[in-house]
Amino acid sequence: MSLESMLIVAAIIFCIGLYGALARRNFIAVLMSIELMFNAVNLTLVAMGRWLVPFAVQEQLSTVLTGQVFAVFIITVAAAEIALGLGIVFAVYRTNESVDLTDAATMRH
Amino acid sequence: MLTEPLVWAIFLLPVASFLIIGLVLRPAISAVPALAKASGYLTIIALGIGFALSIWLLRSSAHGVIYAFPPHLWLDLGPASVQMGLLLDPLTNIMLVVVTGVSLMVQIYSLAYMDGDRSFARYYAYMSLFSASMIGLVLASNIVQMYVFWELVGLSSYLLIGFWHDRPAAAAAAKKAFIITRIGDVGFLLAIIFLFFQADTFAARGLNAFHIPDIWEAARPIAAGGAGIVAGGALLWLCLGLFAGAVGKSGQFPLHTWLPDAMEGPTPVSALIHAATMVAAGVFLVGRFFPVFAESEVAMMVVALIGAFTAVFAATMALAANDIKRVMAYSTVSQLGYMMAALGVGAYNAALFHLFTHAFFKALLFLGAGSVNHAAGTFNMMYMGGLRKSMPWTYGLTLVGALSLVGIFPLAGFWSKDEILLESWLAGGAAPVAIVVFFALLVGVLLTAFYSFRMIHLTFHGEFRGGGERELHDVAAAGQPAPTGVTHHVHLGESPRVMVAPMFLLGISAVIAGWLANPIGVGMLFGLIPSHWLTEYLASGLHDGHHAPPFSIAMAVISNVVALAGIGLAVLVYAWPRAFTSLDPLTRGGVVHTLLAQRYYFDDLYEGLIVNRIFYRITVAATDWIDRNVVDGIVGLLGWISRNIGGLIALAQNGQVQTYPLAAATGGLVILILYLILG
Repeated sequence: MSLESMLIVAAIIFCIGLYGALARRNFIAVLMSIELMFNAVNLTLVAMGRWLVPFAVQEQLSTVLTGQVFAVFIITVAAAEIALGLGIVFAVYRTNESVDLTDAATMRH
Repeated sequence: MLTEPLVWAIFLLPVASFLIIGLVLRPAISAVPALAKASGYLTIIALGIGFALSIWLLRSSAHGVIYAFPPHLWLDLGPASVQMGLLLDPLTNIMLVVVTGVSLMVQIYSLAYMDGDRSFARYYAYMSLFSASMIGLVLASNIVQMYVFWELVGLSSYLLIGFWHDRPAAAAAAKKAFIITRIGDVGFLLAIIFLFFQADTFAARGLNAFHIPDIWEAARPIAAGGAGIVAGGALLWLCLGLFAGAVGKSGQFPLHTWLPDAMEGPTPVSALIHAATMVAAGVFLVGRFFPVFAESEVAMMVVALIGAFTAVFAATMALAANDIKRVMAYSTVSQLGYMMAALGVGAYNAALFHLFTHAFFKALLFLGAGSVNHAAGTFNMMYMGGLRKSMPWTYGLTLVGALSLVGIFPLAGFWSKDEILLESWLAGGAAPVAIVVFFALLVGVLLTAFYSFRMIHLTFHGEFRGGGERELHDVAAAGQPAPTGVTHHVHLGESPRVMVAPMFLLGISAVIAGWLANPIGVGMLFGLIPSHWLTEYLASGLHDGHHAPPFSIAMAVISNVVALAGIGLAVLVYAWPRAFTSLDPLTRGGVVHTLLAQRYYFDDLYEGLIVNRIFYRITVAATDWIDRNVVDGIVGLLGWISRNIGGLIALAQNGQVQTYPLAAATGGLVILILYLILG
């Protein structure tokens, strides 16, 4: 598969995620959309890592696997983030009795 | 032969006395009350030594010793440098004797007069400061140095007029004196600034634009052997600037209004500052720059006319004053007018001779007024009367002072005033304006005689009219505040000896000071004083010395007849038992009397019209409007702008979590699009 098709897929997934994060009212759906954006970025990183470094020089793995290492990091961070995010969802639900983001507007000017 | 440190000592001893009283004695007085008296003795010792040194200086200078000490550099301003120097010409030497001598007498008198005042030490500290500033002014060889002391004299005057600063009238009078003299001082300052701008021209001739003898040199035309740098219109404006300073300090018309109010200070202060020395500083200034004035005919005419007008104008106001010190204040203004007029007609030595004699008899008259106040508890002559019997010494000495002021032969005032009249008459041959001056001054003699004997009669003759006790009663009945210096304490009797003794010495001076001129020319008077000694000595300080004219018996007869006529008129009006019945028949003068008693409404003109109407209503109102609307408006506008921008931005903070990433995403998109378009 070519790099372009990979990047296009990643861009589409990122835009879907961005749309969801900005437009959905449900907090959980927004968290899921953010997750989509993370994965679009992961896809890009992996594709780039594969494209920038040809198979021939994969002997010295430690020097060339940067893209993949980043992706693993992001998966870890995303797991932590989703745990925290769900904690916030619980807290919001306790105060507002809903997970609708438009209800959580008490920090306004 | 004096050395330079000894001459500086005349100035530095009162400075030291001021500093010791202010920094050492005053803080310790609360612990040791006896130190208050010590401050008085310290001042007297400092001035006593100064007086002795001044006499020594005058004596050796009169015997032909010429003192010239090189000045010390203070500030180097390129072509013009400000120096601290001593200008020891005959004018300075005479003035030093007058200042230290009269000051010494006044300090001794004050020991008793100010006794018991809770600010006794502060009084002597100020008096030392004043004496030091006046001596510094007289000694100055540099115009900037002179200006420094000129302002210091004004400052000490302010402090002493407002000495009893808890009295509103005294505080107001002090402010008034300070502000009005400051108006004149602007002229003096402008003259100095003018000289500074001429500094390069001066330097090209090897002259220093601030050095006083160099300024004389610069004003002298080339034809007369001078440098001829300042001439024509520039010279006139220079003279008028200096004269403006003199008008302020000497209380000449139209800046005369502060001097009568300055009588709010303690009486010895009035005697020293507002009669004998400080107000004489204005005349001294014109005398100091006489070689400059003499080159400008118009400036001389202005000086002569202002002086002559003031001489008559102030004398008329003295006719309607009831406060004994105010009568003398107007008299001082009038006599200073004589000196100015004399300077204006070119009679340099006659003017300064009159300054010399006037210092003694006017200080005497003021000390007499203080003595009267000590007994009667008031300054208002309407509550005095009959003091002749209880205070024979004060009466006799005041009478001597008054006769000297009026100019009766052979007292001191006669010789100097006669010389002024004679010189203005003789100058009339060349300049018609001098004839006007002469007749004005002659009218002034008549008025002087009249108001002096009105004062003598109301104070010392007739029956005693109750003094301060009665006045306080009347004032309280009218519901007015008590005037300054009025007390319930009325004890008819002679003042203590420590007050009478200085008056006695001044009385002797008021008789014999005029003989120093010896104009009749009887060879050597007492084997000591050659003919025309004082006037010739003063003239020797000028480049082309103006010589006193020979004594004129006709003029002496005329001035004495006019003076006696004035005295006779006063006796007729006040003392003739059946002539008039009321206490002061002049009050029947109707509109004229009201005009005089209201001082020609000059105070109302200045305060009511110029200060309140023009200054407050227009100038202050305009600046107030600008401040409120323009200055405050700009500040308010800035506040308004930031407040509203803040409100506008706050609209974005709507609390909706998704708005913020939407804005961030939009921003990112805009950057991306711009990147794609612009490459």
